[in-house]
Amino acid sequence: MIWQQQSPKQLFPNILIFDMARIVGIDLGTTNSLVAYMKDGQPCVVPDRNGRTMVPSVVALTDNGLIVGDSAKEHLTRNPERTVYSVKRFMGKGLADVQDELVYFPYHVTETGGVIRIRLGQKSYSPPQVSAMILKELKLRAEASLGESITKAVITVPAYFNDSQRQATKDAGLIAGLEVLRIINEPTAASLAYGLQQKTQGTIAVYDFGGGTFDISILKLKDGIFEVLATSGDTHLGGDDLDRVLVDLFIGDIRDRYGIDVGRYPDHMQTVRLEAERAKIRLSDELKTEITIELPEDKGRFTRELTRDQLESLVAGIIERTLAPCRIALKDAGLTPKDIDEVVLVGGSTRMPLVRQRVEALFGKQPHCHLNPDEVVALGAAVQADILSGGTTDMLLLDVTPLSLGIETMGGVMSSLIRRNTTIPASAKEMFTTYVDGQTGVDIHILQGERELVKDNRSLAQFRLKVPPLPAGVPRIEVTFLIDANGILNVTATDMRTAKSQSIEVKPSYGLSDTEVERMIEDSFKFATEDVTARKLIEARLDAEALIKTTDKSLVEAGHLITEEEADGIRTSLSQLSTAKNGTDSRVIRARMAELEQTAKQLNVMMLDHSLKQSLQGKKVSEVS
Amino acid sequence: MDNQQSPPHPDTRRQLQMARSMCWHCQSEVTGEYFCDRCVKVQPVSKETDYFTCLGFPRRLMLDPKKLEAKFYELSRTFHPDFYQTKSADEQTISLSNAAVLNTAYRTLRDSIQRAEYLLALETGSVKDIRTSPPADLFEEILDLQDTLEEYRASERDSDQGHRLRATLQTEQEALERRKEGMEAQLRQLFADWDKLQDAGEATSLARVERDRILKEMRDLLSNRTYVNNIVNDLAATIA
Repeated sequence: MIWQQQSPKQLFPNILIFDMARIVGIDLGTTNSLVAYMKDGQPCVVPDRNGRTMVPSVVALTDNGLIVGDSAKEHLTRNPERTVYSVKRFMGKGLADVQDELVYFPYHVTETGGVIRIRLGQKSYSPPQVSAMILKELKLRAEASLGESITKAVITVPAYFNDSQRQATKDAGLIAGLEVLRIINEPTAASLAYGLQQKTQGTIAVYDFGGGTFDISILKLKDGIFEVLATSGDTHLGGDDLDRVLVDLFIGDIRDRYGIDVGRYPDHMQTVRLEAERAKIRLSDELKTEITIELPEDKGRFTRELTRDQLESLVAGIIERTLAPCRIALKDAGLTPKDIDEVVLVGGSTRMPLVRQRVEALFGKQPHCHLNPDEVVALGAAVQADILSGGTTDMLLLDVTPLSLGIETMGGVMSSLIRRNTTIPASAKEMFTTYVDGQTGVDIHILQGERELVKDNRSLAQFRLKVPPLPAGVPRIEVTFLIDANGILNVTATDMRTAKSQSIEVKPSYGLSDTEVERMIEDSFKFATEDVTARKLIEARLDAEALIKTTDKSLVEAGHLITEEEADGIRTSLSQLSTAKNGTDSRVIRARMAELEQTAKQLNVMMLDHSLKQSLQGKKVSEVS
Repeated sequence: MDNQQSPPHPDTRRQLQMARSMCWHCQSEVTGEYFCDRCVKVQPVSKETDYFTCLGFPRRLMLDPKKLEAKFYELSRTFHPDFYQTKSADEQTISLSNAAVLNTAYRTLRDSIQRAEYLLALETGSVKDIRTSPPADLFEEILDLQDTLEEYRASERDSDQGHRLRATLQTEQEALERRKEGMEAQLRQLFADWDKLQDAGEATSLARVERDRILKEMRDLLSNRTYVNNIVNDLAATIA
C-alpha cells in the first residue's frame, strides 16, 4: 500500500513530530522491572544514577511512607510483613487461586470483591495498586533521564496471561498515571528486540522462563512480519518456584539440626528465601556453594554446602514442567522440533545450565542468548512503542490469544467461540434469543480455557443481555466478542430487529470494576505525597472535633425533645466518632461523621426549632413580621 | 482485486458490497480499494464481503499458500491497529474490526478443508451438516471400534488384555488415518474439478450439473472426513 509507506511523519514532518509524546516500553516483571525507549533507531534501557537498569519489583511501607525498588528490597528482611514482592503472581487472581502458596508470603493477603488485597499498615492495596507503585518508579526514572514528562507506555505481560491478568496490568498503568497503549506479550517483545538485532528470517522458538511465569512462543519471521504461530505456558511457574524448593530444604535442615521452625519468623523466612535465591544464582557459575543463614533466637548461624548436582536433582521436576507447554505449542503450530531454526532464551531462570541443557535436548539445537535475558523484553517493548508512535513501519507483530474464549451453555459446558492461538484482533459473533414469552434478559457467562466443563475453566465475566419483551424465540440479539490487539476482550451487542446496539455492563469475575479503578487513580494521587494524606487527616480530625462539640451542645439543650432511643443512638455514634478521630484514616473519620449526622438528624431539626422559638420568645409579633 | 471472474450465479452479497461506496468521513464516492481516495481514510470492510473477496482471491479451492500468506501480510500492514494509534478513534475502530475480519478470512482460507467448507456454505447457502452416525461404508467397522474402545477403557491398562486391545486400537487408528488420507485425496480431485469448471466460466446447463455434482460430493466427503477425523483424534487421545 502506497499510503502506508508514506508515513504521516514523512508527509507532515513539522506538524506531527513535536507533539508526539514519547511512548516508553516497560517490562513489569515478577522480580525486577525495567523501562526502555527508542534512541536513534535502537532500543535502550534507562539506568538509574548508579547505572543499575533493573528496579526490584518490591514495595515497602516505612515510617516515611511507601518506597519502591532497591531501597525497598532492604526491607524484605527488616520489615517482612510490610514489604511486598512478587505481586505479579497475584494479578487478576482471587484468593482461592493462590491459597497453596500463601504460606511463602510474609505479608498479609485477603480478598474483597474477587480481587486480592494486600495489607500494608493501615491500608489495603489491590495488586494493580502495588504494581502501579512500581510503574510510577519507572515513570519517574524515565522522566529524570529523558527530561520530559512520560504519560504513555507499552507494558509487557506473560503470553499466557488471561484476560483478567491483562486487564489488571492495564489498570495498574492507569493508576500509575500512564495511558497503556498496548499490552504485549513478553516472548514476542523479546522476539522484536532479537529480530531487530539479528535480522533473522525463519521460525524461532522463544523460551521465556522468568521469576514467576513461564512462556513458550513459536514465531515465523518473514520480511519484517513477526507472526506468532502458537503460544503456551504456565503463569505460575518461575524462579520463585525453584527458590521454594531450596527454602523447603533449608527449613527442613534447620528444623532437624536446631529444632527451630523458621516458618514462625517472617524476617528469617525472608533471609532464607533470599539466600536460596542467591545460592541458586551462584550455582549457575559454580559447581558448589556455601550457604549461611542467621538463625532466630540467637541460635547462631546455619551453614551447609550445596552442589549444582544437588540443586539440579531438586529442581529437575520443575524444569520438566516447562517442556510440556513447549510440546503443546509445537503441536499447535503444526511443527516438530527440527522445524525450529533458532531457539531464543529469555528471563533470568534461563541462566541455569540445566534449563539450557533441557531446552537444547528438546529442540535439538543450541539455544541463543546474545541479548541480556533480563533486558531483552523491555527492549522489545520499546520497539513496539516505536511502532505505535509511527517511528518504525517495517516491523509488525501479529500475536495470538493464548487461551480459548467461550461461553457457558446448557449443562455447564463451555462452547468455544475463539480458539486458542487465533491471531488477534479476533472476533466471533453469536446470536441469542429467548426461551420464554416476554423474557427480558439473557444471562451470559464468558469463560477462558481449554477444558470441556465450565467449572474447569476460568470465569472472566458475566453480564445480562437486555431483550425487549416479545414471544419466545422472536428477539434476535447479536453479541460480538472481540479480542483486541492487547488480548483483552470487548463485548458489544446489537438488536438485529432494530439494528440498535446496546451497551453492556460486564461484571468481571476477578477484576476491579471501572469505578474502583477510578477511585484508585484518585487515591494514587493522594498517596503521591504523604503531605496530602496527612493534611486530609488533620482536616478530618478538626471537622470531627467541631461536629462532636456542636452535637454535645445540642444534646444538652434539646436532648429532652427527642426520644431516649434517639439520644442513645447519637451517643453511640459520638463515641464511635471520637474513636475514629484518634485513628489515622481520614476516610473512616468522614464515614463516622456522616453516620453521626444521619443519627442526629432529628436532634438537629429539634435544635433548630428550639433555638428559633427561643429567639422568637423575646420578640414582639410586630418585630417578627 | 481479482473479481472479474464472478461465480456463475449472481451473488447478492457482491451487489451489496457495491452499494457501499460512500466514504464514512468525507461522503465522497470511494473508488479506492480500502481507502478513500479523497481523504485517505481507511474504509470498513463490508459485513457482506466474503473471505475470498476480502483477501482478493477468486472462489477457487487450490490456492497457493505462499500467495495467500503474502496477501495476508500485505493487508495486515494495511489494517493492523498498530498503525492507527495516532489516528482518530473512528479510524482505530475500523482498523480493529477490519483486522479481525482479515484474520478470520486468512484462518479460514489457509486450511484447505476449512476453505472448502466455507466455499460450500457460500455456494449452497447452508452450513455443513454434522454427521452423528458413521458413513454407510464404515458402519460395521466403527461399531466394532466402539466396542473395543469401551473394553479398553474398562480394562487394566498394564494387563495382557490391555496391551492387546491397545495394539488393536493402534492398528485401527492407522487404518482410519489411511482412510482419511484417501478421502482427502478424493477431495483434492474435487477441488481441481471445481477450479477447472470455474476457470472455464461456462453458463451452460451441463456446467450447472457438473457444479452441483462437485458440491454434493464435496459436502458428503467433507462430513465423512470430519467424522473419521474426530474418531482418530478420540482414539489418539485414549491410547496416548
